[in-house]
Amino acid sequence: MAGLTELASPEDTATRRVLVTGLSTYWGGRLAQALESFEHIDAIIGVDNEAPTRELERTEYVKVSNQHSLLERIVRAAEIDTVIDTRLVVNSLMAPPRLAHENNVIGTMNILAACTGSDSPVRKVVFKSSTHYYGAEQDDPAFFTEEMSRPHPPRTGLERDILEAEEAVSEFAQRNPSVAVTVLRCANVLGPDVDTAFTRMLRLPAVPMVLGFDPRLQFVHEDDVVHALEHAAFHVTPGIYNLAADGVLALSEVIDLVGKVPLPILPPWGTGAATGLLRRLGFRIPDEVVNQLRFGRGIDNRLFKATGFTYGYTTRETVIKLSEHLRLAPVMRGTDQEYTYEREVEEFLRWSPHVRRSREHPEDAEPLGF
Amino acid sequence: MADEHRTSLAGPVVPAEDAGEAGGPEQLPERRPAEVMRELLPAIEPERRLNDWGRSERVEGFMDRTLVEFFYRYWFRVEVEGIENVPSESGALLVSNHAGALPPDAAMIGKAIREEHPTPRPLYITVEHFFKGYPGFSMLIPKTGCVAAHPANVHRLLYDERQLVLVFPEGRKGTEKLYRDRYRLRRFGRGGFVEAAMRAEAQLVPTCVVGAEESAPIFGHMNAMKRLTGLLYFPITPTFPWLGPFGMLGYLPAKFKIRFLEPIDTVELGGAEAAEDKALVQTLSQEIRAQIQESLHEMLARRKSVWLG
Repeated sequence: MAGLTELASPEDTATRRVLVTGLSTYWGGRLAQALESFEHIDAIIGVDNEAPTRELERTEYVKVSNQHSLLERIVRAAEIDTVIDTRLVVNSLMAPPRLAHENNVIGTMNILAACTGSDSPVRKVVFKSSTHYYGAEQDDPAFFTEEMSRPHPPRTGLERDILEAEEAVSEFAQRNPSVAVTVLRCANVLGPDVDTAFTRMLRLPAVPMVLGFDPRLQFVHEDDVVHALEHAAFHVTPGIYNLAADGVLALSEVIDLVGKVPLPILPPWGTGAATGLLRRLGFRIPDEVVNQLRFGRGIDNRLFKATGFTYGYTTRETVIKLSEHLRLAPVMRGTDQEYTYEREVEEFLRWSPHVRRSREHPEDAEPLGF
Repeated sequence: MADEHRTSLAGPVVPAEDAGEAGGPEQLPERRPAEVMRELLPAIEPERRLNDWGRSERVEGFMDRTLVEFFYRYWFRVEVEGIENVPSESGALLVSNHAGALPPDAAMIGKAIREEHPTPRPLYITVEHFFKGYPGFSMLIPKTGCVAAHPANVHRLLYDERQLVLVFPEGRKGTEKLYRDRYRLRRFGRGGFVEAAMRAEAQLVPTCVVGAEESAPIFGHMNAMKRLTGLLYFPITPTFPWLGPFGMLGYLPAKFKIRFLEPIDTVELGGAEAAEDKALVQTLSQEIRAQIQESLHEMLARRKSVWLG
């Protein structure tokens, strides 16, 4: 551990007290787990209105909804220097439209409001956004770079919310020049653990396609997203960065790698009506993905790489990893234990004088009396 | 289980000097020099059959060996002049006249470079984004090396990937013109292609194609059918619509001649900085148009027969 703190630049060690929003979401939990392993981080505080879904050792969970006055009190009381906002809903199937809007737009504004003020301790905000920001249209460029905006107004409510949230973030960045604001626009995420529109689709025995279209798609591995959030917390200069693995695959290529059957059941005309019908049959494809199934989306990921980040997986490797997991899933079924948050247990483990910390970190334990 | 998902420290640790460049928090992200960005392009994965543009070696190879081979060698009997004007490395933008209901000129220019050039290179063909929205076409078009004519696409191909790109500045206006207007170049848009080449500091190679006009002449347009089918245009040719969709491939055996003119070095003209100069861009665009038109006239004056050359 000591070796790694030496490696870190001065900027790196300036991040000491972190607030993770959306702790109960997949990304919040994964990020908090990752941050716990950094010795130089003194405090990790997670807020959400639901209990955490992952086992955490020293992260403190505070149950709070998006109320900026409460958030601000937490931020000031804990002298938070870095806020990492992971709570954006980027899949319209994960939450009803009203809740998604509440979370994405109002929630973002509240969190930003909690970091505002000349005497605020916050000096860095990392915001996880989505490449749904760019949409998917016929006249798109083959690779979106960060300074591009979508050629047409958003088609779905979720895309509109993401645009609004990003607008709020950039406004915050302009008004608070002393805070370093980093926005990460994540491409569609794949991985064994994460639940996204594409992991759901690729789990089906036959993968739906729009007849006559073979869109170019780009994914990013779940571990790379967590690494990227970590990287943004410690190293990255402020600004907007795309996050997508190397390589753009055609959907047919993806389906072939996963070993599934392509099923071109969506008609090229009246696709929206057809997906509505499929949704009733339990074949759920979110609205913002329908256009991607037609026109696809390519992302230029070079700017984030230029900050020193290296991806663990290419898009192809990401798909292969998922396919390996899907093949193993029936064998491994039931071996994974679900974690449930028990407040009393967690509090005992963190605060009781009877808990011997040296047991958890045997390498830190000093041989007493010798 | 949870431990497995914990991200290790070993992965994305930045070397200290790299992070040192970060600068104060007030600074906006400093764009790295474009050359550095070029090196950060994704590596090619040899296991893949498609590249990142969706180009498929397999589909392209199959077309090249069958349909394109037949038309190139036996049907149009293509003759090539000035192949040495096509650079063998670095990015270059080929600018050509455009004709024919379903224009055969792009495929023939691509084949000519594969066949005649000392170092055969793939050619990327810019097409209207209309094709991306048309079922069926949208699957085939990128697999054969076509990309949408978006300035960002052209820049990435020319500058970052140093590829050969073919552009038809006349666009749709060139292909929908009637037989009686053959070999009269239409307006060259707003000179966007010159701007793209200058920004990318790539060479411009004016290219002339004789024969495409006669191979697929258009005698008229059916606007009602155009609206009904949603196509870009609905032409009347010797074989279309009489023979159905395949009538589009019913080319007449006109003799093809392709001539590549002297390349224009955009670096000498001021390169990327001069791309902002609208007057220079327009002048250069007009000049290239005049060059192609003049060369076409000369080729036509020497042609004894439409079919035999």
